[in-house]
Order: sequence, then C-alpha cells, then structure tokens
Amino acid sequence: MAEQKTNRLQIFLKGIIKENPTFVMLLGLCPTLGTTTSAINGMGMGLATLFVLTMSNLVISLIAPYIPDKVRIPSYIVVIASFVTIVDLTLHAYAPELYKALGIFIPLIVVNCIILGRAEAFASKNGVLDSILDGLGVGLGFTLSLTVLGAVREILGSGKIFGLNLHIYQGDGILVFVLAPGAFLVLAYMIALGQKLKKRMYDE
Amino acid sequence: MASKVKSTLFSMTLTLLIVTAVAAGLLAIVYKYTKEPIKEADLKKQKLALRQVLPEFDNNPIAESDTIPSDIQGSSFDLVVFPAKKDGKLVGIAIKTFTTKGFGGRFDVMVGFLPDGTIYNSMVLNHQETPGLGDKIDPEKSDFSRQFAGKNPATFRLKVKKDGGDVDAITAATISSRAYCDALQRAYNAFKSLDLAKYTEN
Amino acid sequence: MGTNLLIILIAAMLVNNIVLTKFLGLCPFVGVSRKLSTAAGMAGAVIFVMTLATIITWLIQEYVLKVYDLLYLRTIVFILVIAALVQMVEIIVKKVSPPLYQALGIYLPLITTNCAILGVAILAADTVEFGLLEATVFAIGNGLGFALAIILFSAIREKLDLNDVPEGMEGVPIAFVVATILSLAFMGFAGLA
Repeated sequence: MAEQKTNRLQIFLKGIIKENPTFVMLLGLCPTLGTTTSAINGMGMGLATLFVLTMSNLVISLIAPYIPDKVRIPSYIVVIASFVTIVDLTLHAYAPELYKALGIFIPLIVVNCIILGRAEAFASKNGVLDSILDGLGVGLGFTLSLTVLGAVREILGSGKIFGLNLHIYQGDGILVFVLAPGAFLVLAYMIALGQKLKKRMYDE
Repeated sequence: MASKVKSTLFSMTLTLLIVTAVAAGLLAIVYKYTKEPIKEADLKKQKLALRQVLPEFDNNPIAESDTIPSDIQGSSFDLVVFPAKKDGKLVGIAIKTFTTKGFGGRFDVMVGFLPDGTIYNSMVLNHQETPGLGDKIDPEKSDFSRQFAGKNPATFRLKVKKDGGDVDAITAATISSRAYCDALQRAYNAFKSLDLAKYTEN
Repeated sequence: MGTNLLIILIAAMLVNNIVLTKFLGLCPFVGVSRKLSTAAGMAGAVIFVMTLATIITWLIQEYVLKVYDLLYLRTIVFILVIAALVQMVEIIVKKVSPPLYQALGIYLPLITTNCAILGVAILAADTVEFGLLEATVFAIGNGLGFALAIILFSAIREKLDLNDVPEGMEGVPIAFVVATILSLAFMGFAGLA
C-alpha cells in the first residue's frame, strides 16, 4: 500500500521536473512561445491545457479498452477536440480578455503534442486515477514552465510582473524580450537550465 | 491493457460514429449554455467603447445602429453608425471603422464625432499590433489616440507629420500610426456623407 | 487584384513568417532540422498539405459550418479533415508517384499534429476579407515561409555541429539561439508589405 502511494506521488511529480514537457521533453513549443508575452497569459494557457489534458486523460483511460486499435488515434483526437471546444466557448463567454490574448492558440491546444502523447503513452494503458494524476502532473509542469517563461519575458521586456510595475526601467524596458526573438532566446536559456537541473537531480 | 475489441470494419465505423455523436451532442449543449454569455461579452466591449468615445447619451445606440458601405466592397467592410441622443436630441455619432493597413493586418476602431464633425474620442477595438510598439494605439498603453480628441478633421489633417499631416506618430511605429489615421479618415468620410437630420427625432 | 494577392503572399512568407514571428510549426522546425535534406522533404510535404487543407477547410467553413450555424464544431471538423486528408494524400501519392512518395512519405504522418497546418487553416477561415483565391495564396505563402525558415535553420545547424559549443548550451539550446538570430533577421522585413 505504502509502495503504491509513493508510486502515485511519482506519477504526479515526474511531469514537473524529470519529464517537464517544455524544458526537458521539448513538447508543445508553439503555445510555449506564442502565449508567454506576460506571466498571466502564460499561466492562462497552461491552465487551459491542464484542464484539457486531465479531462481527456480521464475519458480516454475509461474508453480505451472498447476502442478498436485502428481507429484509436481519430477517436482520441475527437475526445481532445471536444474538451478544447469547451474551453474555447467557456473562455469566450466568461474571460473575454484572456480569450483575446490567447487567440488562435486555444483551438491549437488540439494539436499540442503533449496531450495526444500522454493519451497514447499513458492514459490508454493505465487506470483512471493514475491517468488523472498523470494529466495533473504534466499539466502542472507545463503551467509552471509557461508562467516562469512569461514572467521572465515580462520582467525583462516591460519591467512588470503579473501586470504589476516593478519600476526597474525608466521608460519602456527591453522590448525585444516581448517580441518574437526574445521568446526564442529566453527559451534557449531555460532549456539549458532545465537540462542542467535534471542532470543534477536525477543522474547522480 | 491493450484494446480487447477487434478492428473490423463494423466495429471501427460504429466506434467512430458513437464517439463523434457523443462529442457533437455534448458540445451542442455547452454551446447552448454559452451562446448568450458570449454574445454579451462581445457586446460589452462595444458598449464600453461607445461610452468612451461619445458624450453622455441616454438612448441605446446599438439598437438604433445602421450599416453603410465603405470604399471597399464586401459586407465585412461595412461601417456601422451608432447615433447617440440625449433627451431626444442628437449629441454625437459613433462610427465603427477599420483599416487594413495595420502592421498585424486589419484592426477596427470606434470613433465618436460631435454633430459638427469634431472628433470626441476614439478607441481601437481589436488589433494584432506589435506589443510595446504598435500596440500604443490602445488608449490603455499610451496617449496616442487622445491627441485626436477635440480635433476637427476639416482642419486637422489626419496624416502623420512625416507625410505632411498634423498627427504625432508613435515612435518606431509609423505604420500603426498611419493605419490608425487611415481608419479615422474613412470614418470621417462616412460621417460627412451622413444626413444628420435623419437622426434627430421628429 | 494581382498586387493584392502578391502582398498577401509576401506578407505571409516574410513579414509574418509563420515559424519565426507567429510561433506555429515549431515541433517539426526543431525536430526535423538536423539535416538539410530531411528539412527540405518536410518543407515540401508541408507546402503541399497546407495548401490542400486550407482550400478544403475554407470551403467547409463557408458552405457548411456557416450555413448551418455549426461554427462551434469547427475545431473538431478541421482537425478530422486534416487527419483524413493526410491519410488520403499518403495513399494517393503512394499509388500515383512512387518517387514523390519516397521523398515525402515519412513526413506525411507527422504532419497531422503540425500546428502550422491547423493554424493556417483557422487563420485563413477567420480572416473575413479572404475569398477562396486569397485563402489559397495565403496558404501557399505560409507554406513557403515555413520552407524558407526550416531550410535556413537546418543549413545553419549542420554547420553548428562542427563548432565548439559551451557545455550546457549544446544541442537544442544553441539551436534556439540560432532561431533567435533568424527571427531578428526576419523582423527586418517589417513594413515590406
């Protein structure tokens, strides 16, 4: 029993550093760069993905035994796309500002390789509870990465964090970090850092 | 826990049919419940913009709005005219206008005119201009859009100073500034063609 | 009209480059750019599928979804159309032109989850002023933009393998530094169209 508990904890925790989807596995890079102009946008995208990932993991772990192998992928895609549409409609109705900021990246959660990847590699082979934990863990890792990336870009680019002015710049800040090149540059250093952390914590 | 169901044509068709039918049904329900809030959220922005760009009014300009064709063909290029009245008297006209010349493509602007043609205020409704540069057309980001308030395009040339006009462009975002002027000019041309008597009650 | 289409093409290809300024299609951009030849193969497959997918999804949006007020099903419909299309293209190309299949074959299955395809289809359908012709040109422009970006990137990465890179920055991090510089370079196209 105790062993099972630590196992569950591991399932939950591995997504945060060891198999961090962004900085270690390098999955779902498009929303990672496209929505992290500020910490709050990054966090919003992360949470939307977390929801879709957990729900689709849950449903797929339930229906997987009844799905014929050859139509596996299309069926999973339909499940994922349904949850994405639910997020899309809900955000549009109740969080229009965030909806506008995330824009095209909301429907594109469908093709986020993290989600189909977890469905195929984990949810289709494991029980409901484990699948939910896996979804939450990986989703949380993704949210964390996006929030950190957004925060770094926001601080460097406009001297703010979560919209709060830190008064470190006179004037505008280093604009390039909010623009496209800055996204690539910050991600480059974050990946280097993530790989270093992983090495330190797990390889020795 | 591999699949226990064999992949026959029948089982595959049936599975896909069930999965898509359940998904479509579920979404239809969610759609039904979010339809009204979505409409409201979309209108809220417009209402907010109308309050910003017009002097105080007590009618419902959205209910009395009208569309007129612009210089570009196609229904998506129509301008929307919102008359604002107080105590039955016309106090201003807001026009939802657009430009296709933005740095990130098209954006829409709500601009309010007083009956004599003076711009009361203007506000961008949606845009994809570059954060930190072109997005300063947004009144939340800079004072750029406020320089038009109280100016009458009959005497105030709606062009950036570089092009021989009277408008102070945003530093390093001349394209966005030009596009904003383009949108305002389009609205003013439409305003001039309006028959204002039509909007004065009785 | 002709100049308008040219502007759409240039804007989609250079000014708003899909990879370097819009951040779509990054997975193949990073994943299959280690060698120039594979990058070129991927680029060809993307141009082909992107154009076809945009034409078909545009028609569906205009003549089915809008007509029956089913826009909320768009995400599902588009992704299924793209998945089916990719499979069909694979089967047809295999039958009709074996050499082409040899060149593109292995990249086709990867394309379903390439967000650039779905992204361009949605962008084209969302741009109200686009007719079918404009949407098609837009898709071709974006496909060419993807091709340009990934081919440049892979050519640089091939050279990168021969250089000394500081420990910790080896591999993907240094590749992203290269992408940073490419992206900066593409900002220079701003204002072109």
